[in-house]
Amino acid sequence: MKGIITVLGKDKVGIIAKVCTYLADRNVNILDISQTIVQDYFNMMMIVDISNAAKSIEILVEELQHIGEEIGVEIKLQHEDIFSIMHRI
Amino acid sequence: MISRMEVQETNKMIHEMNLDVRTITMGISLMDCAHTDLRVFNQKVYDKITKSAEKLVKTGEDLEKQFGVPIVNKRISVTPISIAAGSLNTDSYVPVAEILDKAAKEVGVNFIGGFSALVQKGCTTGDRKLIESIPEALAVTERVCSSVNVGSSRSGINMDAVKLMGDIIRQTAERTADRDSIGCAKLVIFCNAVEDNPFMAGAFHGVGERECVINVGVSGPGVVKRALEEVKGRDFETLCETIKRTAFKVTRVGQLVAQEASQRLGVPFGIIDLSLAPTPLIGDSIAEIFQVMGLEEAGAPGTTAALAILNDNVKKGGVMASSYVGGLSGAFIPVSEDHGMIQAVQRGALTLEKLEAMTCVCSVGLDMIAIPGDTSKETISGIIADEAAIGMVNNKTTAVRLIPVIGKGVGEMVEFGGLLGYAPVMPVNSFNCAGFIDRGGRIPAPIHSFKN
Repeated sequence: MKGIITVLGKDKVGIIAKVCTYLADRNVNILDISQTIVQDYFNMMMIVDISNAAKSIEILVEELQHIGEEIGVEIKLQHEDIFSIMHRI
Repeated sequence: MISRMEVQETNKMIHEMNLDVRTITMGISLMDCAHTDLRVFNQKVYDKITKSAEKLVKTGEDLEKQFGVPIVNKRISVTPISIAAGSLNTDSYVPVAEILDKAAKEVGVNFIGGFSALVQKGCTTGDRKLIESIPEALAVTERVCSSVNVGSSRSGINMDAVKLMGDIIRQTAERTADRDSIGCAKLVIFCNAVEDNPFMAGAFHGVGERECVINVGVSGPGVVKRALEEVKGRDFETLCETIKRTAFKVTRVGQLVAQEASQRLGVPFGIIDLSLAPTPLIGDSIAEIFQVMGLEEAGAPGTTAALAILNDNVKKGGVMASSYVGGLSGAFIPVSEDHGMIQAVQRGALTLEKLEAMTCVCSVGLDMIAIPGDTSKETISGIIADEAAIGMVNNKTTAVRLIPVIGKGVGEMVEFGGLLGYAPVMPVNSFNCAGFIDRGGRIPAPIHSFKN
């Protein structure tokens, strides 16, 4: 099962570190990662494998959201299907 | 692999354009609850609903998290109570409405539909008891929704029922006069009612349906509006193509949620209802779509054509996105639930007569319209008859959900709260139609050939 993580917010030190550490602790594998910074705004997208994650996707969603609140960026995790079903026939 | 642009497009639809799944509605058959004793019947109904829908709300919430898309309502529809309760030895079905309300509260759904009767050709004893119980049932319950089907293209219009419903609507208004007659917001009069509609207040679980089923209603007027802003001033081909593409994407989300919900609950997937349902939120309005199409206000000349385009292309785009399409599937034009429609009424652009014309080309009908509290029962019946005739002749579903607001007159505002919204009281043609309504009997089914 794949998930898409998006991180949006003002750039600062340690955003990727924080997210990646969390994912490693929960046994979530990062498959792809890309990021851009436009006018100080940090925009990251990750494709992750959550098949062997230590927690359910609902819990991961909540915990990532909390981490986002702590560091002042918006972090979302969504099941890949919501994107593939909309953009692929 | 999914691209960044696609991820951004989807999330923009959800967060900036109010894309949501409007409702997951579980249809539950109550056929096996039939009994002569009210106490036994109510216990069976309560047990069946609370057991079947035990995990409905939790599953909806989990899916919301998993996909990051809001699922606004979780609801239940049941077998029309006039049928399920037909063998009860009782004069009133109000206690049944109360048990439905209790079950809805227990499982946490915000509405339960099916306090209904299908009387397009005639009333059984159970139908009559149910209809007569409606005013009190809607006054003493909070979440129960009621509907009555008074006509169909196959059987014509039961004018006795039309006459009776004018009176029932007035009584329902009076019973809830202290709350702006809100009881009437939970009562729909149909022609050609569908058996798998997931939207309230007209949802019921038809007799041709299976034991338990999941139906999903999608929404997204805001997404269509934003897409049309990108093609402002372009020709009709571009306009139609844009609506189709957008409807496809919106419907795919519904399909995904429906399949997942069905799998998790172990309940078969029924249909996706391709309806564009507005909410009182800015940016979630059908009237705003008309404005982007080039009309100053909803109700301006051209509105019926604009609605026809919208309705048809939402279906064309949506049909390919889902394996089963059903329900009402069209654009809804409820006045109180759409701030753009409310504004059009206040500016004098939109009248009851124009709304009636609009219902010829879209689902569903005269929906959530506040009318003066002193409107006579015959006039209400006359409006129902007109709307039912449109449905009967054009082989489509039409409906009437009028709220005669006791104590209020034209121009005064009514606040229903939440998704039901607010509305200005609209003027009604008050020329007398009692001589027509009082005739009684049935309008025969129309001819289905020589279409003109």
